[in-house]
Amino acid sequence: MRKPRIAPSAVVWLVLGAAYFLIPLVATLLFSLKNANTGKCCSLSAYGVILHDPQFWTTIKLSFRLALETIVVGLLLFVPTIYWVHLRLPRLRPLVGFMALVPFVVPPIILVVGLLKFYKDTLHAPFWFLGKPDLFLVGAYVVLAFPYIYFSLDAGFRAIDVHTLTEASRGLGASWRTTLGRVILPNIRVAALSGAFLTLAIVMGEFTLASLSAFHTFPTYLQQINQDKAYPAAAATLLSFGITWAAMLSILLIGRRGGQRTVRVGIGR
Amino acid sequence: MFLILPSATVLVGAFQNDHGGYTFHNVASLVSTASTRDAFRTSIEVSLITALLGGLLGLLIAYAAIRKGTPGWIRSAFGTFSGVAANFGGIPLAFAFIATLGTIGIVTTFINNVFGINIYEHGFAIWSQKGVELVYLYFQIPLMILVIAPAIDGLRAEWSEASSNLGASRLQYWWHIGMPVLMPSILGAVILLFGNAFAAYATAYALTSGTGLPLVPLLIGNDLSGNVFTNPHEGQALAFGMFFVLAAMMIFYIPLQRRASRWAK
Repeated sequence: MRKPRIAPSAVVWLVLGAAYFLIPLVATLLFSLKNANTGKCCSLSAYGVILHDPQFWTTIKLSFRLALETIVVGLLLFVPTIYWVHLRLPRLRPLVGFMALVPFVVPPIILVVGLLKFYKDTLHAPFWFLGKPDLFLVGAYVVLAFPYIYFSLDAGFRAIDVHTLTEASRGLGASWRTTLGRVILPNIRVAALSGAFLTLAIVMGEFTLASLSAFHTFPTYLQQINQDKAYPAAAATLLSFGITWAAMLSILLIGRRGGQRTVRVGIGR
Repeated sequence: MFLILPSATVLVGAFQNDHGGYTFHNVASLVSTASTRDAFRTSIEVSLITALLGGLLGLLIAYAAIRKGTPGWIRSAFGTFSGVAANFGGIPLAFAFIATLGTIGIVTTFINNVFGINIYEHGFAIWSQKGVELVYLYFQIPLMILVIAPAIDGLRAEWSEASSNLGASRLQYWWHIGMPVLMPSILGAVILLFGNAFAAYATAYALTSGTGLPLVPLLIGNDLSGNVFTNPHEGQALAFGMFFVLAAMMIFYIPLQRRASRWAK
């Protein structure tokens, strides 16, 4: 049989699509390589400005710390919950799945209005709570990350036989904690990791909540340097793309090794 | 604690006046005030255009990448890239486009040098509605590819073979088989794209500096600058309006989703 050839119309659409996706990336790269004084190609000075800016390091460290905290809190909260739902309350699964859709109806811009209104005006929360990104922002980020962690974990739990594993472990005299930590967790490692990397990408890029509740994280730093330094802003943009790429590719790689595909989309915009 | 209670506060707050009494005034003024009415119209326009256009282009690209004859590596390259690109967005995406098509962007200068046309003198601006739509497509198209690819995969080769054996043309195949099977998935995906664009804040903020274009999320952001409410009731009423639109969207989305899974293996 003749080997099927690629259809001409397919070539047109694929080339158009590739051009649309690649041109902004290439343009940003060229832009970032321009010399800040002369506007000519090529110089690495824009990258130098970014890497020597102490604010770059403090904000990126803050964003990274917030991402880690969100991941830890999110997994501690959702792994046992989803485990329990799968094991004992399967009837609640549609309800939890529906809950995971709620953050799409209450996007960050609505969430931030509610959070500030509720904690400031209704509860009169003290400054040590409102002023600490680790408490206020991480709490909000766990909500934002919930759908992504949930869909990853749900797929992971569905792929294993929760009942048999639990009964075997309990039957051999293991406590609940040992069962969860040493039997269940290793089996859903891939799902938990892909949820974690997604969360990392989301938190590292989250602007709406951070900016409107007056915290200075990496995305707000990006917005700020763009006001007076255009070329370094392009350089920092590429670095930020690099972080997203790294997180997403890690998910694909561990997903491929683990034999399951879990690619989801973020809400960092 | 971080989702339900704050959301409820917004919903209740949208119907309260300064003294805590209940009123429809805030929500009613969304419609009667020209600025908020404009914002909702622009927001819905932008979301609708990018959802329909992104949906169409995403569908065509996804089909081109999946159909028989396209080498496997192209398919997986587009799949991987869509997974990443759908997660771009926000501040970095806006800056990438400013570096490309901004006043001193690479492509703007290129067109000016080669063709002698300054696109900014011909009505284009990256902070205009057209500019924002162009940038939104950058995450809308990959999202469409990502969402619709499994549905296109579900179109079985046997159906197309059976219909051509029975003498049907390609057009008849698409009209009577392909499209009816894909329709629920396409509609569901377009609704998802609509909500995606409707809720976007950071990208639009970075492109327009928060004031250039009246979009609902930007107005909310302005009512709330620096974590102090300058105009709490308008902000909450706007948030309620957005919530209303998105909730209505979900009501259409969930049954479509259910119908779309009927043909899944």
